[in-house]
Amino acid sequence: MENVMYGWWLPPDVSTHGHQIDFIINFLHWFMLVLFVGWGVFMAIALVKFRARPGHKADPSGVTSHLSTYMEIGVAVIEVILLVGLSIPTWAEQKSEPPAEDEVGLVVRAVGEQFAWNFHYPGPDGRFGRTDVELVDGGNPLGLDSKDPAAADDITTINQFHFPVGEKVLLYLSSKDVIHSFSLPVMRVKQDAIPGMTVPLWFEATETGSFEVGCAQLCGLGHYRMKGYMTIDTAESFAAWMKEQAELASFEDDYY
Amino acid sequence: MEIPHVVEVHPETGLANAKLGLWLFLASEVMLFGALFSSYILLRVAAVEWPAGSTILNVPMATFNTLVLIASSVTVVMSWASLKMNDFAKYKVYMGITIACAFIFLIVKYFEYTAKFDHGLSPASSTFLAIYFTITGLHAIHILGGIVVNGYLLGPGARMWKTDPEQFTGRVEAAGLYWHFVDLVWIFLFPVLYLL
Amino acid sequence: MSDEHHEELSWVRKYVFSTDHKVIGMQYGVTALLFLFFGFCLMMLMRWQLAYPGEPIPLIGSLFSDATAPGGVMLPEFYNQLGAMHGTIMVFLGVVPLAVGAFGNYVMPLQIGAPDMAFPKLNMASYWVYFIGGAVMLASFFVPGGAAQSGWTSYPPLSNLASEGQTWWVVGMIFLIASSLLGSVNFIVTILHLRAPGMSMFRLPIFVWSQLVTSFLLLLAFPALQAAGTLQLMDRVFGSSFFLPSGLVVGGEVLAVSGGGSPLLWQHLFWFLAHPEVYVLILPALGIVAEVIATNTRKPPWGYRSLVYSMIFLGFMSFIVWAHHMYMTGMGTTMSNFFQTTTMIISIPSVVILTAMVISLWGGAIRFTVPMLFALAFLPMFGIGGLTGLPLGLATPDIHLHDTYYVIGHFHYVVAPGTIFALFAGVYHWFPKITGRQMNQTLGKLHFWTSLVFINGVFMPMFWQGMAGVSRRLYDQTFYAHGAAVQDLTIISSVSAWLLGLAQLFFIVNFFRSIFAGPKVEDDNPWQATTLEWATPTPPPHGNFPVTPTVYRGPYEYSQPGVEADFTPQDVADAKMTAGKA
Ligand code: HEA
Ligand code: HEA
Ligand code: CUA
Ligand SMILES: [Cu+2]
Repeated sequence: MENVMYGWWLPPDVSTHGHQIDFIINFLHWFMLVLFVGWGVFMAIALVKFRARPGHKADPSGVTSHLSTYMEIGVAVIEVILLVGLSIPTWAEQKSEPPAEDEVGLVVRAVGEQFAWNFHYPGPDGRFGRTDVELVDGGNPLGLDSKDPAAADDITTINQFHFPVGEKVLLYLSSKDVIHSFSLPVMRVKQDAIPGMTVPLWFEATETGSFEVGCAQLCGLGHYRMKGYMTIDTAESFAAWMKEQAELASFEDDYY
Repeated sequence: MEIPHVVEVHPETGLANAKLGLWLFLASEVMLFGALFSSYILLRVAAVEWPAGSTILNVPMATFNTLVLIASSVTVVMSWASLKMNDFAKYKVYMGITIACAFIFLIVKYFEYTAKFDHGLSPASSTFLAIYFTITGLHAIHILGGIVVNGYLLGPGARMWKTDPEQFTGRVEAAGLYWHFVDLVWIFLFPVLYLL
Repeated sequence: MSDEHHEELSWVRKYVFSTDHKVIGMQYGVTALLFLFFGFCLMMLMRWQLAYPGEPIPLIGSLFSDATAPGGVMLPEFYNQLGAMHGTIMVFLGVVPLAVGAFGNYVMPLQIGAPDMAFPKLNMASYWVYFIGGAVMLASFFVPGGAAQSGWTSYPPLSNLASEGQTWWVVGMIFLIASSLLGSVNFIVTILHLRAPGMSMFRLPIFVWSQLVTSFLLLLAFPALQAAGTLQLMDRVFGSSFFLPSGLVVGGEVLAVSGGGSPLLWQHLFWFLAHPEVYVLILPALGIVAEVIATNTRKPPWGYRSLVYSMIFLGFMSFIVWAHHMYMTGMGTTMSNFFQTTTMIISIPSVVILTAMVISLWGGAIRFTVPMLFALAFLPMFGIGGLTGLPLGLATPDIHLHDTYYVIGHFHYVVAPGTIFALFAGVYHWFPKITGRQMNQTLGKLHFWTSLVFINGVFMPMFWQGMAGVSRRLYDQTFYAHGAAVQDLTIISSVSAWLLGLAQLFFIVNFFRSIFAGPKVEDDNPWQATTLEWATPTPPPHGNFPVTPTVYRGPYEYSQPGVEADFTPQDVADAKMTAGKA
C-alpha cells in the first residue's frame, strides 16, 4: 500500500478491529440520513400544504396520530441496540482489556513531548530499561539509565514507529510535558497521552505499509507539525529494522 | 413602579424575593465549595503520599476559630430576634458582636497564614498546602463579604429600620442565612483539613 | 416613543447605569452583537491560513505586528490565540449574553407581565460585570505573548505553561461567571415571583420556560468552572500544582514544581460546566423558535406540556453526561458505559422537542415572514447538528471522530445555523416591539437566503474532513497526507465563510437603517401574537404595563374554535369579544 488513498469518507482501515468502528459509523449515518430525509419530506409537505393563503384557515388541533411517539420509541430502540449491541462490547475489548504482555508480538512505549513522538523498544531481552526524568537531555530524550543492565539493548527512536504485521502490539502511552493525543487514523486508534499517567493500548495490523502518526490534542504552537511515521513491516523487515537500529545505537555509544 | 413581593411573601413559594434569591445564591455556593471538596478528594485519592493535617496545621488555633464562628452564628440570630421583638438597641449590640467575631476569626487566620509563610510553607510547597490555602482563602473572602454586608446593616443600612422595619428585618434575616452558611462551610473545612 | 417619562433621570442613569430591564437588555444586545461580529472576524482571519497555509493575508496582512503575523503570514501562536478567543468570545461573550442577557432580560419580564426584574440593581451589576469581563478578554490580546492560546477548553498542563494572556483569560472568565450567577438568581426569582395575576406556571410561554431552565443550569453548573478557574489561578500565580503531576520535563528541563496534581481534574470540572453550558446555548434558541413558530403558524405548538417536561428533563440530565467529552482520556468500561448511556438518554428529549416543533407546522396557516424563515431553517439545521452528536456520543465511533473536524461540524451546526439563526429570528421578531419600527423584509430575505447557503458551505465540508481523520486546531492540515487529500474542502469552507461575512452586511445595514428610518408600526401587536409582551405600549415605558395585566388563558390560543379573530391574547377575558384590534 504505497499510494494510500485518502479521500472523502473514512480513511483505509488496516486494523483487525477497525471494521467494528466503521460499521457503527456507517450504520449510524444511514440511520441519521433516513431520519433527516423523513422529517425533511414531512416538513416540506407541511410548508406547502399549510401555507397561508386566502380562504385557508389554521386548524388548532394539528396532528392527532401517535406516529411521532412511535418514531421516538423507534429512535430509542435503535440507540439501545447500537449502544448495548455494538459500542459497549467493542469498547470493552479494545480500550479496557489489553492482552497480557506474553500474549503479544511486541511491547513498546510511546512518549509524547512538544512536539515529537518518542518510541522505546525493550530490545531482545524484552525488558524496558529504567528511566529517570533527571537523566533527560538532548541525546537521551527519555532519560534512559545506561547503568541499568536492562537498558543496554533498548532501542529508542524519534518519530519512527515500526511494528510487525499480523501480531498484536501492546503500547504503553504517556507524555513528558502536556497532553497529546496519539492518533493512528488508519489503525482506528486514538488515545490521549497524559503526563503522570501510563495508558495501555493494543492493536493488530492486517496489512503492511507506511502511514502517519498524528497528534490530535492541542499541545502548543507546534501541535500541527507533531507528526510521526508509522511503518507496518513484515516479520522479516521488522527484524532487519531492529537490527539496524541496534547497530545505530551502539555506533552512537561509541561516538559519545 | 412597585416590584411585587419585596416584603410580602409569595403565596406559592412562601418567601419574599430577597430570601428566595439568597437560597438560590447559597445553592450555587454549595456547588462551588462542593466542587472544591470533590477536587480535594480526587487529589488526595490519587496522591502517593498525603500528610495528616494536624502535623502541619495549627489545630488549637483552628479550634478556637471554630468556637468563635459558632458564637457569631448565635449572635446573628439574636440580632434578628431582637428586631423581631422591636429592640433596635439590642440588635446593634448583637450585630456588633457578630462583626467583632468575624474580625477575630480573620486575625487568627492571619497569624496562622504568616506562621506558615515564615516556615517557608506556601501553596507551591505541596498539593495539601495548596488546597488548604485555596479553600481557607476562599472561605476568608466569604467572611470578608459577610463583614461588609453586616457592617452595612449595622451602619448606613440601619436607617431603613425607621422607614421600612419589615424590609430591614428581612434583610437582616437574609444576611444571617448567609452567615450561617459561611460558618457551616468552616465546620466542614475544619475536620477535613485539620483533623483527617 | 411618544410619552416621555415623568421621573427625571439624568442621561447617565437612564442609558448607562440604568436599572430598567429593557435598557439593560438592549445594552446586552448591542454589546453581544458586537462581540459576535468580532468573534466571526477572528475566524475569517483563521480561515485564510487554513485555506492558503503560509501565504500572506491579503489586504490587511501588513497591519499585523511581527509578533503575530510577520510579513502578513500568520504565526502558529497567533492562530492558536485566535482559535481560543473565537471559542471563548462566541460562547461566553456573544451567544449567552445575547440569548439570556438580551432576549431574556428584555422579553421575559414582559411575557410574564412584570414591571421589571426582581432585583433591578443586581441586573445592572450583572451587565457591568459582564462588560468588565469582556474588556479583560479583549485587553489580553495586547499583553506580552498575546491572548490565551490553549483553546477555549484551556486544558492544563498546557494552560499552566502558557504565557500571561492565559491569566487574563482566567480573570476574565471569573468576571463572566460572576455576571451569569447574578443574572440567573435574578431570572429565577423574577419568573417564580413576579408573574402577573392568573399567569400560572403552565400558562408561561415556552420562551420563559427555556429561560427558567437555562438559569438553573447557569446557577448550578458555573460554580464548577469558578472552582476550576480559582485553582488554575493559584497554579499560575502562586505556583501550586493542582494540575501538574510530578516529573514533568518541559523543553528538556525538569519542571521545578511540587507536582502531585492531576491534569484530568481540570477536565472534569470544566466539562461539568461546559456540557450544561451547551444546553444554555440551545434552550433559549428553542424558546425563541417556539414563539416564532406559534405566531406564524397561527396555531398552538404541538405538545406544550411535553415541550416543558422535555426541557426540564434535559436540564437535569445535562449534569451527568459531561465525560462524553473525555472518552479518549483512558477511561475504563464502567465509566464509559455510564456516560454513553446517559448521552443516549439525553438525546431522547431533544428528539421529542424537535419533533414537536416540526409537527407543530401541520395544520397551520403558515406565514413566511423573515423571523419565520430563520425559525424554520433552525429545525433541519439543529437536526443535522443533533444527529451528528449521536456518533460522538457513542464511545466507540468517537475513537475515530474525537478531536477531528467532525466535532467542529457537529457543534457549529447546533450553534451557528442553529442558535445564531434562532437569535436572528428573535431580532427580526421583537425588533418592532423594541424600537417601534419594522425591519425591511426584502433585505431580511436576502440576509436569510444568503446566510443559509453560505453557512452550510462553511460547515458541511467539515464532516467529510473529520471523517477523513483531519484533527481540529491544526494550523496547517496539509502537513498530513490525509489532510492534504481534502484540502479542497477547506477552501470551499473558507470561501463560504467570507461570503457569509459579506451576507451579514444585509443585516447590519438593515438593522441600523431600521432603527432610524424603518416604517413605524401602526399597532402594538404587529404580528397579531397572543403573549403579553405585545399587550404593552410600543416601545414599552418604564414599568412596562400601564395597568398590571390579568391573565385569563394559556399562551398560544390561536385559531380557537368559535372565535372570530385567529388569535386570543392572554389578557383578554372573553374570547368571543373581538380579540385584539386586528
Ligand atoms: C448548542 C450546543 C450543543 C448541543 C445542543 C449539543 C447536542 C449534543 N451533543 Fe454536542 N457539543 C457541543 C455543543 C452542543 N452539543 C460543543 C460546543 C462541543 C465541542 C466542545 C469542544 O470540544 O470544543 C460538543 C461536543 C460533543 C461531544 C464530544 C465529542 C468529542 O470531543 O469527541 C459529544 C459526545 O458525546 C456530543 C454529543 C452531543 C449529543 C448526543 C447531543 C444531543 O443533545 C443531540 C440531540 C438531538 C438530536 C438527536 C436531533 C434530533 C433530530 C431529528 C429528530 C431530525 C429532525 C430533522 C428535520 C427537522 C429535517 N457533543
Ligand atoms: C456559540 C459558539 C460559536 C459560534 C456561533 C461560532 C461560529 C463560527 N465558527 Fe466557531 N468555534 C466555537 C464556537 C462558535 N463558533 C468554539 C467553542 C470553537 C472551538 C475553539 C477551540 O478550538 O478551542 C470554534 C472553532 C471554530 C473552528 C475550528 C478552528 C480550529 O479547530 O482550528 C472554525 C473553523 O472554521 C470555526 C468557524 C466558525 C464560523 C465560520 C462561524 C460562523 O458561523 C460565524 C457566523 C456569525 C455570524 C453570522 C454572526 C455575525 C454577527 C452579526 C452579523 C452581528 C452584526 C452586528 C451588529 C448589528 C452590531 N469555529
Ligand atoms: Cu501534541 Cu498536539
Ligand atoms: Cu457535551
